[in-house]
Amino acid sequence: MKSIEELNAIRDKMKDQVGLRSENPDCTKVVVAMGTCGINAGAREVLNTFAEEIAAKKVKDVMVSQSGCIGMCKYEPVVEVYGPGNEKVTYVEMTADKAKEVVEKHIINGQIVNDYVLK
Amino acid sequence: MMSEISLGILDLAENSLRAGASLIEISVGVSSYEGTLNVSVRDNGCGMTAEQLEKAVDPFFTTKETEGSGLGLPFLKYSAECTGGTFRIESVKGEGTCVKAVFGLFHINRMPLGDIGATVRAVMVLCADVVFSFSADGRGFVMDTRAIRKILGDVPLESAPVMEYIKEYLEENIQETSGEIKL
Ligand SMILES: Nc1ncnc2c1ncn2[C@@H]1O[C@H](COP(=O)(O)OP(=O)(O)OP(=O)(O)O)[C@@H](O)[C@H]1O
Ligand SMILES: [Mg+2]
Repeated sequence: MKSIEELNAIRDKMKDQVGLRSENPDCTKVVVAMGTCGINAGAREVLNTFAEEIAAKKVKDVMVSQSGCIGMCKYEPVVEVYGPGNEKVTYVEMTADKAKEVVEKHIINGQIVNDYVLK
Repeated sequence: MMSEISLGILDLAENSLRAGASLIEISVGVSSYEGTLNVSVRDNGCGMTAEQLEKAVDPFFTTKETEGSGLGLPFLKYSAECTGGTFRIESVKGEGTCVKAVFGLFHINRMPLGDIGATVRAVMVLCADVVFSFSADGRGFVMDTRAIRKILGDVPLESAPVMEYIKEYLEENIQETSGEIKL
């Protein structure tokens, strides 16, 4: 079995690059709909991919959270991205690959991925 | 419909988050001798009144303002009971809620456990603190994000090397704990 103590070494290696997490109130918010309908449609993988990509690309000031069912069951998995000015973009029928693209294009480069936006 | 017990656990955790929980304890325990797979999700959220609790497993009861279907709890209750198992909710208003489901391990109707590691990682993204206990026939491990934070100090839990290690840690330990049991 692996031990959680191995994180000691990871911490020592990372000590000098702290401060990734931000409480900045006007940060970008990624909200994954996680009602029963969203979960059955694949929201778990979409959420984990957003979290992993945001960490891997070291994007600052992004918060990942969940909402319940937002009444768009047939478009699930649904993800709402709120920009720093609180403007909302709703992405539908998301997958892990689409999530990677949204992180790269929208969250990092500020370009909405229109192909996946609710029409 | 729901295809894994792990997705049902995520559904329970989502209820906990909506109840304002800052700590979610997920436990999965397997006994081949007893022929049971025990699941529990405990939270420190707002809890329910006796009246709410009674209604909570009614299909289509929901306190959501948006259009939540309210099918999460009834479905899980049904999927446990149709394997000869049981389903119970204990809740204290202002203190928290604990949902316990027992599945018949060898029953033909039992859904597979599925990717429990992915469920735990998702809950870790969403909830301040998570405790995950997993045991099978005397083997097992416990992961507690409060202990992890203590080790990490100023290094955030959500940084890539930490998340990668926790993913491997969960996968390897879940596999070793499960052993030969088909989950
Ligand atoms: N852990 C909890 N703490 C407090 N209240 C809860 C908890 N779990 C369930 N409830 C209450 O029971 C209701 C029914 O839950 P259930 O999961 O069946 O449906 P839902 O969450 O409303 O909708 P859905 O899961 O279909 O998206 C919830 O709306 C909530 O009021
Ligand atoms: Mg629910």
